[in-house]
Amino acid sequence: MSDDEVLLRVRGLTHRYGARTACAQVDFDLHPGEVLGIVGESGAGKSTLLHCLATRLQPSAGTVEYRCADGRLREVFALSEAERRLLLRTEWGLVHQNPRDGLRMEVSAGGNVGERLMAVGERHYGRIRTQAAHWLAQVEIGAERLDHLPATFSGGMQQRVQIARNLVSRPRLLFMDEPTGGLDVSVQARLLDLLRGLVAQLGLSAIVVTHDLGVVRLLAQRLLVMRGGRVVEQGLTDQVLDDPQHPYTQLLVSSILRV
Amino acid sequence: MHEAGYNFAYLDEQTKRAIRRGLLKAVAIPGHQVPFASREMPLPYGWGTGGIQLTAALLGREDVLKVIDQGADDTTNAVSIRRFFARTAGVATTTRVVEATLIQTRHRIPEAPLAEGQIVVFQVPIPEPLRWMEASERETRRMHALKEYGLMHVSLYEDVARHGRIAKTYDYPVMVAGRYLMSPSPIPKFDNPKLDRSPALQLFGAGRERRLYAVPPYTEVNSLDFDDHPFTVERWSQPCALCGATDSYLDEIITDDAGTRMLVCSDTDHCGARRAERPAEECTP
Ligand SMILES: Nc1ncnc2c1ncn2[C@@H]1O[C@H](COP(=O)(O)OP(=O)(O)O)[C@@H](O)[C@H]1O
Ligand SMILES: [Mg+2]
Repeated sequence: MSDDEVLLRVRGLTHRYGARTACAQVDFDLHPGEVLGIVGESGAGKSTLLHCLATRLQPSAGTVEYRCADGRLREVFALSEAERRLLLRTEWGLVHQNPRDGLRMEVSAGGNVGERLMAVGERHYGRIRTQAAHWLAQVEIGAERLDHLPATFSGGMQQRVQIARNLVSRPRLLFMDEPTGGLDVSVQARLLDLLRGLVAQLGLSAIVVTHDLGVVRLLAQRLLVMRGGRVVEQGLTDQVLDDPQHPYTQLLVSSILRV
Repeated sequence: MHEAGYNFAYLDEQTKRAIRRGLLKAVAIPGHQVPFASREMPLPYGWGTGGIQLTAALLGREDVLKVIDQGADDTTNAVSIRRFFARTAGVATTTRVVEATLIQTRHRIPEAPLAEGQIVVFQVPIPEPLRWMEASERETRRMHALKEYGLMHVSLYEDVARHGRIAKTYDYPVMVAGRYLMSPSPIPKFDNPKLDRSPALQLFGAGRERRLYAVPPYTEVNSLDFDDHPFTVERWSQPCALCGATDSYLDEIITDDAGTRMLVCSDTDHCGARRAERPAEECTP
């Protein structure tokens, strides 16, 4: 694909915690509408990489360029803090593994979902509420729960509120860290189905971190396999999973390392 | 003359200068919280030690001081602070707004209009309006720096969702000069409109939290709201039972053992002055 189609371009991305290198020399491109999976066992550096991409962590080296809505490709760490924070709550979304990290637990579901609208200046209560109800419905939560606190919701529901809270600003790029982690198997399946539908319906680009190969098989067109902080293999999901080249990927696929 | 053994107005001159420097910065950046090295005062926190330090740093020998607490000049808190400055600074005190050059207050802005040249010092317990929504001070400071105030509207949203209206009745958040979100201190929202373009200099001191901030004269101060839930002030169906005022903030008081209730002005000096101006036969309800 040509250069001007790239949505996110990552080169030489490296992050160290002190002397410990958590991810090293990661290169990849993400194209609009594409879902990229990042897999690998626990400790491989997946979350560190994701948080560097989402500018939650400052990388030790490397670049992350993003094509803003205005069409320009910009180095995200060269943006001002104000621009970066605006990006994070408008064009981007970040779904945490633990919904408690991504929700305001003392604020109603409606308030959680409406926050991004208020952050960009929406001052009409009725419109905020209508939008909140709409996006909660999109994640299969009924309007009768609009004023309930997330603490009264099940884990799967909390995760759906977190997703709605991100989608309300119509982001172009969604970062997700183990979105189905910590949920019961049947709940996981339903959430995955929902996510797959939303991504397709909204034409979202996404990067999904998971240790669960089932998740990427359903969601991701392309795959990065990480081990010890390095990308050992990347390619189309079906190709990588059905015909793994790297010995580590072969182990992973043969489920010896499945956690 | 003030009592021997103290510096004028209790604080030493160096401390006062440091506070005045902080106040100058606060005036230069309306609504922005400025840290200051709050001192131990011979009164407990919660008694307005922030306000007292600001007053101490500002008082000159020619000043005339008025101190109110919940609108009254004669409550324990107001009397103690007035006595403190009468003793340590020997300044004249008054209960009349027109006579005062400096008014220290807790929980009210006087009903009588303020004038150019006057200073109002507010006692502030919690200076950070975002505190209830965001516990991290690092984060709230960043929000102020970047003018990211959506979170305050989330709190108003929660109010409307729960109560059908914005339920905050005091310490109602305001935007100062279109830039900084500010806590007006726990005054009733009834007083918020008085903050807007006031001819007086309005200063705010939080002792325990070591913060001061300012609204210079004629600064625009707006109360936050929604387009479809606009800011409104309290209204009462009856006038003040003592002076007949229909435009002042009323408190409910119990007048006898049977629990008889009466609505009267919370600003006692204003109420008294109105009664004194009127013919005797109109005085009693
Ligand atoms: N805050 C941190 N401080 C120090 N080391 C960390 C920190 N977070 C993660 N690590 C280490 O970095 C490596 C990668 O961790 P992480 O990115 O969480 O991997 P994954 O998400 O793939 O499980 C691990 O060895 C982990 O122990
Ligand atoms: Mg992880």
